[in-house]
Amino acid sequence: MIDNIPLNSFLVISTLMFFIGIYGFLIRRNLITMLMSIELILNSVNINFVVFNKFLYPNLLHGHFFSLIVIAVAASEAAVAIAIIINIYRNFKSIDVDNLDQMKF
Amino acid sequence: MTLNDIMFYLFAGSILTFSLLTVTSRRILRSAVYLLFVLVSTAGIYFMLNYNFLAAVQLTVYAGGIIVLIIFSILLTSHVSEKAVVAPVKQQIFSALAVAAGAVLTIMTIFKFAFTPAASPAVEANIQNVGRALVSYNRDGFALPFEVISILLLAAMVGAIVLAKKEKHLEITDNQPKNNPDNSSKS
Repeated sequence: MIDNIPLNSFLVISTLMFFIGIYGFLIRRNLITMLMSIELILNSVNINFVVFNKFLYPNLLHGHFFSLIVIAVAASEAAVAIAIIINIYRNFKSIDVDNLDQMKF
Repeated sequence: MTLNDIMFYLFAGSILTFSLLTVTSRRILRSAVYLLFVLVSTAGIYFMLNYNFLAAVQLTVYAGGIIVLIIFSILLTSHVSEKAVVAPVKQQIFSALAVAAGAVLTIMTIFKFAFTPAASPAVEANIQNVGRALVSYNRDGFALPFEVISILLLAAMVGAIVLAKKEKHLEITDNQPKNNPDNSSKS
């Protein structure tokens, strides 16, 4: 199905997606949008694993399962992060990182 | 140019466009919806690679679970019409420069590196092979990671519930009981 599409084009897409995620993580000030940037980064890493598995080691399924596990880790990370964010919102009435300086010493 | 190529470039273009829109959109709810489009396009790429189970998991867990969780938390923590705060322009420019430098460096490395595929017969990632590998404890089995990830998921869910509920217990002990129904209806 993907015979005439080279490996490099997949890698370029996932690289660009990874760095867009990092850019969003750097310029955003809202905790939820930062969490969304992290999801972008994890997703691009997933593409990498899957594509390496498909193109370089088609006799194994390791990359496939690594992506599955990364998806599960992303789900648990999102759940815990959103619980923390809601807790922060209850205490500070804001989820902008600029306002969260209570733990500064 | 075959239909496959066209589909691939369609998915690639939508991934790049919507991930840029995700990080630049000023409205948080819109950027969550753009993130949903990115994840669905990624699932399309998995379908093109013939990893059907992984694409289904991507659609259900990411698009069905995480995006819904994010949208609920956006609705709980901010108004729909609220514009997000972004960093000052100077910081944006410097982040863009650093990110562009990193991307160019990585892409150059990718194009220089010679990837050598393994010359063994391919194993098809159909649901039978995936299921057998997932519960097999032999050399190419994944029973231990499967168990570990299920325990991690359980612990994370219990931890999330405890974290989100903790404040209520403190308020019950601290405040008058008059405030309690108000708090529980809000949260």
